[in-house]
Amino acid sequence: MTNAQQTSPSPFAFLRRGPVALILTVVYIAVVTFFLLQNPRALLWRLLFMASVIFIFSLPNGQRTKLTLAGVLLFLLVPLVGSGNPFLLEIGFQVCVFAALALGLNIVVGFAGLLDLGYVAFYAVGAYSWAIFGSQQLWHLHEVAGTAATQTGFPLNGNLFWLFVFGGIGLAAIAGIMLGLPVLRLRGDYLAIVTLGFGEVIRVLANNLDKPINLTNGPQGITPVQRPPLPEFFLNGPISHLLSGLVGREVTRGDMYSLFFYFLAVVVLIIVIIVARRLEDSKLGRAWTAVREDEIAAIAMGIPLTRTKLTAFATGAAFAGAMGVIYAANRTFVSPETFSLLQSITILVMVILGGLGSIPGVVLGASLVVLLNIDFLQTLSLELSRLRQGAGVIPLIGLPWAQLPSQLDPARYQKLVFGIILILMMIFRPAGILPSKRRSMELKEHGDGDAGPVLDLDESAPLADAAA
Amino acid sequence: MLQLTLLILPQVILDGVVLGFVYATIALGYTMVYGVLEFINFAHGEIFMFGAFAGVEFLLFLKGRGALQGAPVLTSYAFVIVAIVLGMVIAGLLAVSIERVAYRPLRNAPRLVPLISAIGVSFFLQDAMRFIQSITSGQFYRSFPTFGNFDTRIKLFSVPLGERAIIMDVQIKSVIVIVVALLMLIGLNYLVNATKVGKAIRAVAQDQRTASLMGINVNAIIALTFLIGGALGGAAGVLFALKFTRIDPFVGFFPGLKAFTAAVLGGIGNITGAMLGGIVLGMLESVSASYLSIFTKGAFGAEYKDIVAFGILIIILIFRPSGLLGEQVAQKA
Repeated sequence: MTNAQQTSPSPFAFLRRGPVALILTVVYIAVVTFFLLQNPRALLWRLLFMASVIFIFSLPNGQRTKLTLAGVLLFLLVPLVGSGNPFLLEIGFQVCVFAALALGLNIVVGFAGLLDLGYVAFYAVGAYSWAIFGSQQLWHLHEVAGTAATQTGFPLNGNLFWLFVFGGIGLAAIAGIMLGLPVLRLRGDYLAIVTLGFGEVIRVLANNLDKPINLTNGPQGITPVQRPPLPEFFLNGPISHLLSGLVGREVTRGDMYSLFFYFLAVVVLIIVIIVARRLEDSKLGRAWTAVREDEIAAIAMGIPLTRTKLTAFATGAAFAGAMGVIYAANRTFVSPETFSLLQSITILVMVILGGLGSIPGVVLGASLVVLLNIDFLQTLSLELSRLRQGAGVIPLIGLPWAQLPSQLDPARYQKLVFGIILILMMIFRPAGILPSKRRSMELKEHGDGDAGPVLDLDESAPLADAAA
Repeated sequence: MLQLTLLILPQVILDGVVLGFVYATIALGYTMVYGVLEFINFAHGEIFMFGAFAGVEFLLFLKGRGALQGAPVLTSYAFVIVAIVLGMVIAGLLAVSIERVAYRPLRNAPRLVPLISAIGVSFFLQDAMRFIQSITSGQFYRSFPTFGNFDTRIKLFSVPLGERAIIMDVQIKSVIVIVVALLMLIGLNYLVNATKVGKAIRAVAQDQRTASLMGINVNAIIALTFLIGGALGGAAGVLFALKFTRIDPFVGFFPGLKAFTAAVLGGIGNITGAMLGGIVLGMLESVSASYLSIFTKGAFGAEYKDIVAFGILIIILIFRPSGLLGEQVAQKA
């Protein structure tokens, strides 16, 4: 991604030389961290702090330097700042979860070119698998939803969570194959609608499977869901003493859990990124690309079509399954509402905004959308309601803030924002913010006319592979 | 159980037919656009919703002026017809402007690009309507005003069965739904198959480039297709509001999805097929909503009717991807 910076020489070219850039970035991070520690609630410093990840990755230095810097940032600075401001850890957790989900969807949509509008179904499969077995739901199977528990205590040991993370992968992959088997012969847009239907079916099932057997507890959802027990030394050992000293107050169990889930999500995201990268360059990844570009040619080259598509579905689903288990444990609450079509589209927006098929792009897209959703729009809403309390007047129009209708609440208009993002991205930058090289070439060729892609691809493919 | 089944059977069939005609009218819009552009207009459900709101707002406006109360029967019919026409105009214009803004720039892009843009339009329109409604009325939903004799039931027949009787009666509004939908089907069939404009539409559907060489203004024809499809969607919206009374900004989503299923079921791109698919789907849904809980002894209720609908969509796409009446076309990726 650094190639773009070696273009025309400019008076600031010295800034891009390795050591200078490195020192500047380190200084930047130190300054921003300092200010963030001073005012933990300020949106500006929070955003600047998060932007430092982007700075690190656009450094011209070697891979190892960048990774070290990112490691220090993610594993030391964020927990440090976050223990004073749990909201930052929450953002970090959500960014990681959604980035992993988006990377999973990216395998299906970006690599294999199969538009899946019901992706959240697999997330639900993972979440419910732990929610049912990791809660008291097993005691309730023969009871009417909403009645009091006859038995207390969790039927399963909390440490089984770790087993379920892998179990969720397996279950979701099976669900992916079950959905994939019947529908993979369909062409792209039909597939989109059927997957959308599948997502709705899973949601309707979760909503209604409280009746013959109370499996999902219906619309009320399942709570409390167990969390994996933290090791004793984590709670009472030197780590918590150190943190208490830093924060200036006793560190609670909840704090330790937010820290724990943050670390867990970061580690899982890193694994997911590595897996996705390895897959992209593997024989299977090439097969996905081939199927995406031209199914008939791919068959002619001896690629087993159904198996290739199914593995894409299963792999993408597996990512979502694992994240679902983690999510259920983090929230201790699972309900059908979380798995709506809006959620599927949100993940799709992340993939498209960042760049279909581009791994750094997708991670960036996920971070931006999560920030927009849980931080930016919320802060804007809070700000507006604060202004409404005051006696100020809107500049230019002269209307008092107090008379602004309370329905004008930015946090409620996610869909509007997403809709506009989707339309504008498709018209002006269909390849995303950080496009994958091959994808942007394809889109360009398509614009020229019908004959383009088949003819030019032989030339561009080796180039794109080398660049990736 | 058999007695219960028989008792409600006529009503179930009738409900299915009415629901089916609503689906069919929406499905016509999908089919028109798909037939010409091979593109699923994902935002069609929202065009339908805008049409519904336009009609209902007009009637509510009349109600506010006191024009509805005690209006003669014929006048109240005229009001409904004007509401339908208004819904058609608004929805048609909306569809044309959507095409201009969000789809036309993407006409040569890969298939998924306009589809994603359409999803964006759909989301945008839902929240835009929610915004408009919450600013103007403070609530998200609207109700079709009660006036005229639309709720009156006409008794068709009654057959005694044991102590009770199998009764079939039909609300006047259901009759209106069926009549208007049938009129639109016939009108559309005439327009597409028997007029010069229809010939141009069919030509563009077959081959845009060749059609343009024959002196057909392809852009104008595509805009016209959206206008017709949108207008049908708008009419369906007002009919939906008439039949089911309550509408909200998200009301278009499920009927839209079902209507798409209906269009696929009948063979997408085929006008009669859309009608047939709509009625079959409406019937299936009505039957599953009423009988699922009877036959499973209450284990599964009417909530599962959507699952039945999607299950059918999947089965059809597997065994007969071109639908009931669709012609076999080569699949391309």
